[in-house]
Order: sequence, then C-alpha cells, then structure tokens
Amino acid sequence: MPGPMGRRMPRGKRIENPGKVFKRLIKYVAKNYGVHLIIVAALILVSVLANVQGTMFIQRLIDDYIAPLLLSDTPDFKPLAGAIFRVACFYAIGVVSAYTYNRIMINVTQGTLRNVRDDLFSHMQTLPVKYFDTHSHGDIMSTYTNDTDTLRQMISQSLPQVFNSAITVVSVFISMLVLSIPLTLVTLVMVAVMLLATRKVAGLSSRYFLQQQKDLGQVNGFIEEMMGGQKVVKVFCHEEANIRRFKELNDNLYHSADKANYLVNIVGPVNAQLGNVSYVVCAIVGGVLALSGISGLTLGELASFLTFNKSFNMPINQVSQQFNSIVMAMAGAERIFKMMDEVPETDNGYVTLVNVKEVNGELMESPERTGRWAWRHEHQADHSVDYVELKGDVVFDGVDFGYNDEKIVLHDVKLYAEPGQKIAFVGSTGAGKTTITNLINRFYDIQDGKIRYDGINVNKIRKADLRRSLGIVLQDTHLFTGTVMDNIRYGKLNATDEEVVAAAKLANADGFIRLLPQGYDTVLTGDGANLSQGQRQLLAIARAAIADPPVLILDEATSSIDTRTERIVQDGMDKLMKGRTTFVIAHRLSTVKNSDCIMVLEQGRIIERGTHDQLLEEKGRYYQLYTGNAIAT
Amino acid sequence: MIKVLAAQIREFKKESILTPVFMILEVIFETLIPFLMASIIDDGVEAGNMRHIYMVGGLMIVMALAGLYCGIMGGKYGARASTGFARNLRQAMFENIQTFSFSNLDKFSTAGLVTRLTTDVTNIQMAYQMLLRMCFRAPISMICAMAMAFFINARLASVYLIAVLLLAIVLAFLIRRAMKYFQMAFPKYDELNASVQENVSAIRVVKAYVREDYETGKFKKASQGIYDIFLKAEKNVVLNMPVMQFTVYSCILLISWIGAKLIVQDMLKTGELMSLLTYCMNILMNLMMISMIFVMMSMSMASAKRVSEVLCEKSDLTNPDNPVCEVANGDIEFRDVDFSYYGDKDKAVLHDINLKIKSGETIGIIGGTGSAKTSLVNLISRLYDVTSGSVLVGGRDVREYDMESLRNQVSVALQKNVLFSGTILDNLRWGNENADEEECRRACRLACADEFIEKLPQGYNTYIEQGGANVSGGQKQRLCIARALLKKPKILVLDDSTSAVDTATDARIRKAFAQEIPDTTKLIIAQRISSVEHADRIIVMDDGCINGFGTHEELLENNEIYREVYESQTGGGGDFDEKAGEE
Repeated sequence: MPGPMGRRMPRGKRIENPGKVFKRLIKYVAKNYGVHLIIVAALILVSVLANVQGTMFIQRLIDDYIAPLLLSDTPDFKPLAGAIFRVACFYAIGVVSAYTYNRIMINVTQGTLRNVRDDLFSHMQTLPVKYFDTHSHGDIMSTYTNDTDTLRQMISQSLPQVFNSAITVVSVFISMLVLSIPLTLVTLVMVAVMLLATRKVAGLSSRYFLQQQKDLGQVNGFIEEMMGGQKVVKVFCHEEANIRRFKELNDNLYHSADKANYLVNIVGPVNAQLGNVSYVVCAIVGGVLALSGISGLTLGELASFLTFNKSFNMPINQVSQQFNSIVMAMAGAERIFKMMDEVPETDNGYVTLVNVKEVNGELMESPERTGRWAWRHEHQADHSVDYVELKGDVVFDGVDFGYNDEKIVLHDVKLYAEPGQKIAFVGSTGAGKTTITNLINRFYDIQDGKIRYDGINVNKIRKADLRRSLGIVLQDTHLFTGTVMDNIRYGKLNATDEEVVAAAKLANADGFIRLLPQGYDTVLTGDGANLSQGQRQLLAIARAAIADPPVLILDEATSSIDTRTERIVQDGMDKLMKGRTTFVIAHRLSTVKNSDCIMVLEQGRIIERGTHDQLLEEKGRYYQLYTGNAIAT
Repeated sequence: MIKVLAAQIREFKKESILTPVFMILEVIFETLIPFLMASIIDDGVEAGNMRHIYMVGGLMIVMALAGLYCGIMGGKYGARASTGFARNLRQAMFENIQTFSFSNLDKFSTAGLVTRLTTDVTNIQMAYQMLLRMCFRAPISMICAMAMAFFINARLASVYLIAVLLLAIVLAFLIRRAMKYFQMAFPKYDELNASVQENVSAIRVVKAYVREDYETGKFKKASQGIYDIFLKAEKNVVLNMPVMQFTVYSCILLISWIGAKLIVQDMLKTGELMSLLTYCMNILMNLMMISMIFVMMSMSMASAKRVSEVLCEKSDLTNPDNPVCEVANGDIEFRDVDFSYYGDKDKAVLHDINLKIKSGETIGIIGGTGSAKTSLVNLISRLYDVTSGSVLVGGRDVREYDMESLRNQVSVALQKNVLFSGTILDNLRWGNENADEEECRRACRLACADEFIEKLPQGYNTYIEQGGANVSGGQKQRLCIARALLKKPKILVLDDSTSAVDTATDARIRKAFAQEIPDTTKLIIAQRISSVEHADRIIVMDDGCINGFGTHEELLENNEIYREVYESQTGGGGDFDEKAGEE
C-alpha cells in the first residue's frame, strides 16, 4: 500500500466515457480472477449480514434481553448468554469471511497489477517503431508507474468498499423501512442533503483539482527542463531570473493546491456533521411519534432506528471519500487501455529462415545448425516449397517513403547491393540516410516501390526472420543492464562464453573489457553509463558480430570520439564488414573511400552514385563535400 | 533532518498550530455528541420528556455546527499549512540548487534532483497534512472517548483499556513486519520501471535482434518478483483487519454481558450502555488510524531525507569578500595548476599546467577523450576551483572576481549544451537580457545561424521545443554559439561546439570571429584538425598534461600526437559530417 505518491492526474483532458472504462476494467480483472471476484462478493455479503446480525442484537439487547431481566425478581441470564453465544458465532463468521475476502483481494490486486504490467509490456513489444518515435518516452513510462498505481488503490480498496457499502446501505435501508417508514423518509431526506453537499463540494474541488494538475504539470516541466540545463544556467548567470520564474509557477501551484485540498478536506466533516443533524432530527421526530403513539413505534425501536441511522450514514460517507481515487483510477485505466489498444506491427510474411544443407546439389532443410541458411518460400498458389539460399542481395526499386503520408522523405530510390558489397551513404542531415536503413529491416513500411532481399519481396518475409538476418549498429548505442557478457550475448542468446570472447576480439573490444574491474562479468547499468562512448560502440559491434548476419547496417558515430579510439572502432567495424553486404551511413573518409558504391543523398533523392574515384571526377556534390568547399545553400 | 525541514514552515506556523487545535476541538465535540445522544434516549425518549429531547437535540445541533466549523477550519488550515510548506520546500530547494557549483551538480543526478523537487515534496506534503490533521486528532479522539467511557462507568471502560493495549502490541508487530517487506519492495519497483525505460529507449535494438519475447520474459520475471514481495507485505497488513475486528466484537459482547448485569444491579442505565458501545468503535478505529499514520510517516521519511540532503548541500564556490567586478582584458594565465574533481590529489585530472595566453589570441585545443580539455577550460570561468596553483584572467586570480562578472566576461559554449523552450529570441537573450533584435541578428550572423533562422516561417520568433528538439544538432550548436556571443565577452570558449556543423560553415564561423571580434580571446576545443589548424596557437592535451603548444606548423614538425591526428584526418575536408541545417 505505497501511498498515493506523486500522482500525476490527467495529462490533458477528462475521461471520455467513465462507465465504459469501468466496465472494461472490471472485465479485465474478471478475466483472470472471475472466480475470485465472485467468492469475494459472496464473502462480503456474508460478512455484512453477519455484521447486521450483530447490530440487530445490540438493537434488541435492551428490549428483548435486558428489559425482561429488570422485570423479574430472579433474573435469568440464560437467554442473554445464549444470544451472546449466537452473535459470537455470527461475528466469528463475519471476521473469517472479512479476512478471507481481504486476503483474496490482495492476490486479485497484486495479480491484476502484474497482469496489467505484463500485458502492457508484451503488447508494447509488438508495437511498431513508429509508436516509440511518435510518443514521448515520459508518457509511456507514466503509464507503467502513475497509471498503474492508481489502479492499486481502486481495486484493493475502492471496489470492495463500494460493494460493501452498497450491501450495507441496502440491508440497513430495509431494516429501517421495517422499523418505521416516516423516520426512513426523514433519513432519506437528510441523505439527499448529504449527497447534494458532497456533489457541490466535489464539483468545486474537481475544478481546482484540474487546475492543480495543470499547475503541477507546469512546475514539473519547468523543473525538468531547468535541472537538465542547470550547467548552462550557471554559465549564463541566469539564476536570478530562474528563481523569479519558479516562484511565480510555484505560487500558482500553491494557490490551486491549497483550494483543492481544502475542499477535499471538508467533505468528511460536512458529511459527518450532517449525519449528526440527521440523527437529531430523527430523534425528535421519532420521540414525538413514539410518545404520541401514532405509528406504534416503541422506544426500543426508536433506539434501534437511531443506530441504523448512524450505520446508514457511515457507508455513504465512506463512498464519498473513495470518489476521488475512483476518478483518478478511471483516468489511469483509460490511458492503460489506450496503450493496450494500439495496433501492433502488421506482419503478413510467410517466408521463413531455415537451416539448410546441400544434398546432391539441392538444398534440404535441416533441423540442426549447419551454418548455411535459406529462405523457405512456400508458394501460396500450389503450396510448393522453394529454398533460396540466404546471400544478402538487396535491391531497392523505385522506393517512395514518408513517415506520414503528407510528407514524402524518400523519392524513387533505386539501389543494388550484391552479396559482400559495401554501400556507403553520404549527405546532409535530413537527406534520408537513416531512413533508408529503417526500411530494409521494415521498422517502417514503404509507400511505393519494392525492396527485394535475395530476390524475395521483403513484405513476404516474416519480420522476425528478416531481422534475424540483418545486423545493425546504431549511432546511439543502447546497452542493457547486465554484465558485459550478457550484453554481447544479446546478439545470440545461446552463445558460449568462448564465442562471446571471440566476438569481442573481432570487434577490438576484448582489450578494454579485460581492463574492467570484473572483466566480462562487469555489470553495466544505466545504458552503460560507466563506459566511454567508444567503448559502448565496441560492445555494440561485438553484439552484432556474434549474431553473424549476412547483411549489416552500420551508422558510424559522429565526432564525439577522439581519433585514436575511432581508429580502433573503425578497425573493429572493418573486420565485421568483411564478407558481408554492408550499408554504412558514413562520416569518415576511410569508410567511404573503399566502398563499392557511394550514394550521395540530397533531400530524399540519390543525386550521385559511383565509386570514390568516379564521383571525384564528376566534380559534383560529392566533390564539394570531399574537398570541404561546399557552398552552403 | 527534521529541523532542516521544519525551518521551511516559515509563514505557515500559525496554520500549522491552528490545524491541530481545530482538529482537537472537532474531536471534543464529536465525543460529546454520543453522550448527548445517550441523554436523548435515557432522559428524553424513555422518560417521555419531549422538552428534554428538544433541548438536548438543540444542543446537539449547536455542537454539530460547532464541530462542522472546526472541521472546516481544520481542513482549511491543514490544506494551507501543508501546501504552503510544500511550496516553501520547493522554493528553498530550487533556490539552493541555483547556488550549486558544477561539482555540487555532479554529485546529484538530474533525475535525482527532479524527483526530489517533485515526488518527494508531494510525499512530504501529504505526510505533513496527515500529521497535522490526524496525528493529534486520532490519539486525542481516543483519549476523549476513553475518558468518556471511564466517566460513564470505570469498570466497563477498563475492558477497553485492556483491549487497546493488546491491539496496539499486535498491530505494532504486524506493521513492523510489513514495513520490512515494503522497504524491500520499493527499490525493486524502481528497478522494474528503470527496465521499462531501458527497453523503450532501446526499442530499435530489441526489434533488430528480434528479442521481443526475450525482453518480455525478462520483464515477466521481474514483475512476478514484485508481485511476490508485495504479496508478502500485504499479507501482514491484511492481518490487521481480523485482529481489529476480533477485538471490537469481543469488546461489544463483553460489554453487553457485563453491562446487562450492571443494569440489573441498577448500576448502569440503558442509554449509557448504548453510548459505551458507540465509544468502543471510536476507540479502536482511532488506534487503527494511528497505526496507519505510523506507516505513512515512516514511508515518507525516505523522502524527507532526500529533500534535506539538497537543502543542506552548500555550494563549494563562494564569492570573495571584496570582489572585483571588472575584467581588464582577455589575458589568461595558468600557474602550476593541478586539478581533480573531488579534491583528491591522487586522482588529479590536470597536472602541472602552465600557460600564458594573450588577449585576442585564437587558441585551438586538441586531444583524445579523457585528456582533460574540458576540465582545462572550465577552470577559466571558475566553474570549478583549482586544487593547487592559480588561474589568472585579466591579470587577476579568478577567485578574486565576483563570479557573475567573471562569467559574463568569460562566455562558454558547453559541450553538452541545451536550448530552452521559448522563442529563438528568448533563447538568445539568455546571453544578454537587454539585447535588441538587431544585436541578436548580428550574433547569429557571426555564428552563421542567420541563414537557417531566416528560412523558418516565424524567423526569430520560432518556438524552440524543450531541449531544442525541433532543430538539428548543427543548428542547435550555432544557436548556442550565438547565445554565447551576445554576452560580448572578453574570452569566448567553444567546447566542441561545431562538431555537428559541416566543415565549410565551421570555416566561415571562424573567419567571422577573426574579422568581427578580433579583441576577444577565443579558445576552441575540437576533434577536427581543420577546426584548429588556423588558430594562432594550438594546445595538444594528453592525459591531463600539455603535450605541445605552438602553431600548426611547429606542432606538425615536433609533436608526435598532433602529427598522428593530422595524418589520420588529411585528405580533403577530413570527413563527411552532416551539412547540418540545410534542409
């Protein structure tokens, strides 16, 4: 029960359809815990009824048990003892069932939270790269933390509380009706007043709450931005201005938070005191009725009724206090479901990657690892199966692409890479270099044209198999929490320690790894924060090396590495490229020089292509870039 | 720690005292009301005395209203005290952070500071409100109810006393066990969230290696771990419930039994018995409440500790007593400078640096990663203090200057530079608040930023997203240079500030500097030889020492490192770094 920490309420608007969200949430919980919920409901019913038995006993205590004792000269305590024993049994049942349902609810709550997280995560893994490119990572994270947290309170406390209260209200209401209809009406009127007051206050407070969330968002945003740029703030002596601006935002937050909290705080006392007023009014009306004898109300009955009056007000008060957490949970659940509803990556590929061996000059599928791979192409028309050896032959034919339909980033791109060739892309930022690499492995799908891989349209290849055949080393290296060994092994999960070391050696990473405190067992945290940029890159190369793919996509690091480290990285990359079809987004002269083909990209078009010498002779854009005499346009 | 935090209550002392006062008053009214209720039944209803019912009923309503007033006031002051306290905490922390030096900042991570200013303060705010409103209310309510019970009938009331003692012991035991698990759970919970973050940012790697299922498996294992540990913790918490109910019910039955006997012996009235039963719930509920408060408070202790750490952190750079506010010229001198980040002499980053740079010179600085180029220039604007030796600017030790004046005269474009949300003009004016648009344009012209700014639809009024997300790397760097230029500094330091700018533009920026601001001393850190080769002199850094200092030609002649770097980069422009910002 880790309190309501750091709640961040609606990022933006209100919930569209709380009823629908609520229904869906219940359905979601019931999917795995349906039986649990039914048992819990039954147990709540039992515990409430047992409690009512207890209350009834107290009501009758005076009239039925104590009053007779007072009348007789030799008081017989046996009936009272019997009654107490009976009630004790009811209470025992009540306690046991209350404990049991609360105990079950823990499993339901924690289990549901676990399922929510697991479902979110496994669904998130199926989402296209586009989703991650178009949603802020902060918002995605907040779904896991803040939104999931709101469900905890809601499921573990609000749900049983509301159900419990509902049953209590109904059963107490019936008992009240039986005792006295006019007094019940009086109570109902008072309850209506209470509800009205709650609504009024809640309405007011929700307005301030929204304002508070907005102000909080602004304060948090400002803090995040300034803490990130604190060193720049120092360098520019901007501290005073910062403090002034912060004070302004902070004061706004204080004012709205003050009002919102104030209104939330008074709901309790208002309802409690209205409950007391209700009690007095009932006592007076009941007293008049009982004394005048009009409705046949006995004094004992009046006393009972007054107790019921109290137990009727209590659940209403409790539910009104849960109101806030329910609203928050609905907002959280809405965002959780929204993420679960995101459309996963489509994959209609049916061509798969299999191990093959050659028998009598023909490729045969083989269950064991043979080191040779082929595309298993089952033709949809006649179900005949072809095997095409995996070579790394990539062809782009008239490819058009845009991240959204309005803005086309690549126009009519044509390129051919024969197995083992090295293709380099050069050009300015935004010319579309990175985009091309996003297309080969189908992080994004093209709008027009065709990409063929070993003669097969990439759309026909199952994405997992397609990607397994492509190695990728990105400019921003991402490492995972775990040992160096684990990180390299990421490329091939069943690799032996020897294979890992071999891959590290190939990537020139072995040298620095051995110098780390625990060598290959050194634990990396925070995306490899304890390593230098160059070292991280070497690990990424080793990771690609162990996967041993026929086609490589490399994005060279920009200038933040010094020349010496760069040479080591470069050497590692060169060794990795040997014998593989490679696409390089090149920044370095040496890489470009020995490429089989250089593509010069400008505004999404390939404007020049050829070898280094050919392009120099053309004296075009490449020549300008190369000689450093480019004229800024 | 508590003292440090409490000092920030400041103007909300009145509210902080009034809140518990009103809460206590509310409780007193609340406890008196059942007493009156009993009186209504005993002396009114049973005696058939309508007058008494009216009178006591009236009194009860008055009390209810008074209780309502106190409740509302308590809520009002409680809200004000806690939100005000939170405001003061945030403000104090923020102001203190503004005084932090670079080395103070290095100690706290950015994310850590953000959490302290946001989540931790919110936790403290809630705990404080709870403390003011409940911490006094619950025990007082319990004591009042107990007193009333004793007042009605001491013998019966002693049943409660025993029950309370027993319950307190059991609850304390259970909560201690639960807390142990909770404390184990929270770090794991943070870890889980960190792993999601890792996955989200590395999603391309995950997908490229088809490791979706592997990642999901990893995540499920971690989330199952959290499930298990929270289950253990909650199992203990949930035991509170039956224990508490058992005690309440036993009390009710015991009281009924003993009460009946007492009534028969005419030692107790029936109405009194009813009140006693009411108090029973009251007492035990409050005990439960106290145990909850205890849990909440101990959980927020961690937050309190983290906040007070920030409040207690003292800047390790201070202004001298009689600071010099004028920097005479752009001369720079290093005398026997040693420097290490944590004042630890054995791990010195810079060794024995001696340098003399004349005003107006252009100095290139080159060297491998970790050769302490950045550390060297950071000493000039006193972003850190030297460990030994001294750094002189304009002929005076930097420690003699007023820090703000010094930093206004020594302008630095940091390696990890950031733009802030706001228009381009807003960002430029960080350099000089009063700069008019013409000055801004001039600075941009010098930094070759004018060409792309003028192509933007809103020109200089284009809104820059947080962190400069909507401009390219090269554009960002040029804006940062322009911002630094607006200070009209005597010394300008560019720390690898043109790495994402193409070589041609880079050359034009350097040319503009040479022509337009000849009197400013310029220090340029770069990886590219082409960025520094035309400088008046070049410093070659290696492993915290100056390996060579001279002109391009001299260094080519007699500096091995420089020659090596030069050779690896020769041939045309050296590389194909993005012609940034031309799209």
